[in-house]
Amino acid sequence: MMPGQEESANEYEVRLGKLSALTSKPTHYCSGCEHGILTKLIANAIDELEIREKSVVIDSVGCSVFAHEYINVDAIQAPHGRAPAVMAGIKRVRPDLVVFAVQGDGDAVAIGLQELIYAASRNEPITIFLVNNAIYGMTGGQMAPTTPEGMVTTTTPEGRDTAYTGTVIDASKMLAGMDGPSYVKRVFLPVAPLRTRDLYSAAGPLEGARSVVNAFKVQLAGGFSFVEFVSTCSINWKMSVLDSKKYAAEVLSKIYPPGLYKDKLGIERK
Amino acid sequence: MTRRDFVKGNEALALGALKSGLNAYFAYPITPSSEIPETLAQQFKSPEYPDFKVFLQSSSELEAINMVMGAAATGAKAMTATSGPGFSLKQEGLSYAASMEIPFLVADINRGGPGLGNLGPEQSDYFQATKGGGHGGYRNIVLAPNSVQEMATFPGLGFSLAFKYRNPAIILADAFLGQLKEDTAFPAITKEKFDTPWATTGARGETRHVLVSLHLDFDDQSRHVEHLLKKYEEMAREEQRAELYLTDDADVVMVAFGIVSRLCKQAVNTLRAKGVRAGMLRPITLSPFPSRFVSELASKGVKRFVVVELNTGQMVTDVRLALEDGGRTESLNRWGGILPSSGEIVAQVEMASA
Repeated sequence: MMPGQEESANEYEVRLGKLSALTSKPTHYCSGCEHGILTKLIANAIDELEIREKSVVIDSVGCSVFAHEYINVDAIQAPHGRAPAVMAGIKRVRPDLVVFAVQGDGDAVAIGLQELIYAASRNEPITIFLVNNAIYGMTGGQMAPTTPEGMVTTTTPEGRDTAYTGTVIDASKMLAGMDGPSYVKRVFLPVAPLRTRDLYSAAGPLEGARSVVNAFKVQLAGGFSFVEFVSTCSINWKMSVLDSKKYAAEVLSKIYPPGLYKDKLGIERK
Repeated sequence: MTRRDFVKGNEALALGALKSGLNAYFAYPITPSSEIPETLAQQFKSPEYPDFKVFLQSSSELEAINMVMGAAATGAKAMTATSGPGFSLKQEGLSYAASMEIPFLVADINRGGPGLGNLGPEQSDYFQATKGGGHGGYRNIVLAPNSVQEMATFPGLGFSLAFKYRNPAIILADAFLGQLKEDTAFPAITKEKFDTPWATTGARGETRHVLVSLHLDFDDQSRHVEHLLKKYEEMAREEQRAELYLTDDADVVMVAFGIVSRLCKQAVNTLRAKGVRAGMLRPITLSPFPSRFVSELASKGVKRFVVVELNTGQMVTDVRLALEDGGRTESLNRWGGILPSSGEIVAQVEMASA
């Protein structure tokens, strides 16, 4: 634990023990995967804001397709990439509801990029949590639009050649460049290995917890909120969990730098 | 209170949807259906239609159908309209909605095809609409108006059937009906509200509403498909609709839907004047197909059926099935990822050949 973080960590630990927005079902996520952490952070925020009975989660296609099994709210499954459109449909007829989706980078940045961009352009009051692990996880490790140059995937066995397959798409940067969206943020989610052996920083999950709460607050205030979580996929990266955390910290976080990219409502200052 | 107006089919469809209590319309323009969103855009925020809360133009046909799906999942009366090339893009959404049993309405104003085709009237989207044009085995409810008057009243019927069966409903018209102007009577705005205990409007305590189409366990998926199948069978029993014209003593019966049925009605009159005992069967529901009407006519002594369509022959396959099956065809089916055993296949064939 990093100095100065112990207090807030304990605070969250207490709340995590009794979350009404979390089911009791064990998740199917692989060990070391950030999806499990994000699931808890979302449930934590729903309880904190007391919005469980007006929340609807959209299961997107990918590792998050079972989100409703763990997050104890109403749910709909969207076709691959279409979650932002389904959310817009719900929200337009029922502005009183809180709708959100956990999308992967394949879902949101490849097949669903158009739905994402247009929902952002209309500043739809919806919330999207993007888990960017730079690869297609559920289908077994194929190249994603976020896969960095040189990364070996099952469809780039020699390593990704961006001159041939295209350069990476930075969703946060792209959305932040648009006039529409209210809130765009990128968080480094993994627990990060510290220089000292066997010690890890929980700064990522804690920043994630605050960001999820803020994202919902933006939606409740009528704006589009998007939080990208730089994450790992040790199974498909074919690394140990520890090595995947190092890779995320040393490589991915340089390509996808964490930060507050847009906050039109000034939610982070409140 | 009934109001009459001289309007295009597309305008009648839009106004008819409003009379049936439309809550939300998600638009993407395509000829020859664009008067539908244009008419609705004009009526949006009109004090006459206080329940019409949402009119939104989307960036694509895909976005539109998925917005319809989201709105409908909350129990709202939601719809969109399109034409062939756009209808192809709707199929993904229709497959998911059929599986999750989310009711809504889609109008397809059929133009020439395949590909971009042309802007003339065709009925070539018949297979796509009636057989479940997306992936997986499912059925839409498909209604075929043949007049501007029915363009005005079928949205109401479509919503009623969609909500009754929790299933997407399609109005399959064509460019001719969309552009044709006729004197039309509009019903008063309906007060009908559908019961939607399944709608995703927030959990109540531990009672959640969960609409999913993924059932990884083979037995779960198998049960889900069986549940859908039973519903489609019930629809086929209860909802077959057709218009019969001079069929009581007919030797020859024309089968035609939509605009073509009106030409066939004229043809019946001409043939009758010539002493030919002709009649017409007009399917109103294309799915479920009115097979019962066809087989009843056949058993009453109709010698020949002439199927007239604006395509290369699609509905004719359903007419032939209704006529010629006669117990000669049996089917053995499994679903949900489960295969039949070779023993089951042998037993089925032995029974059939005994």
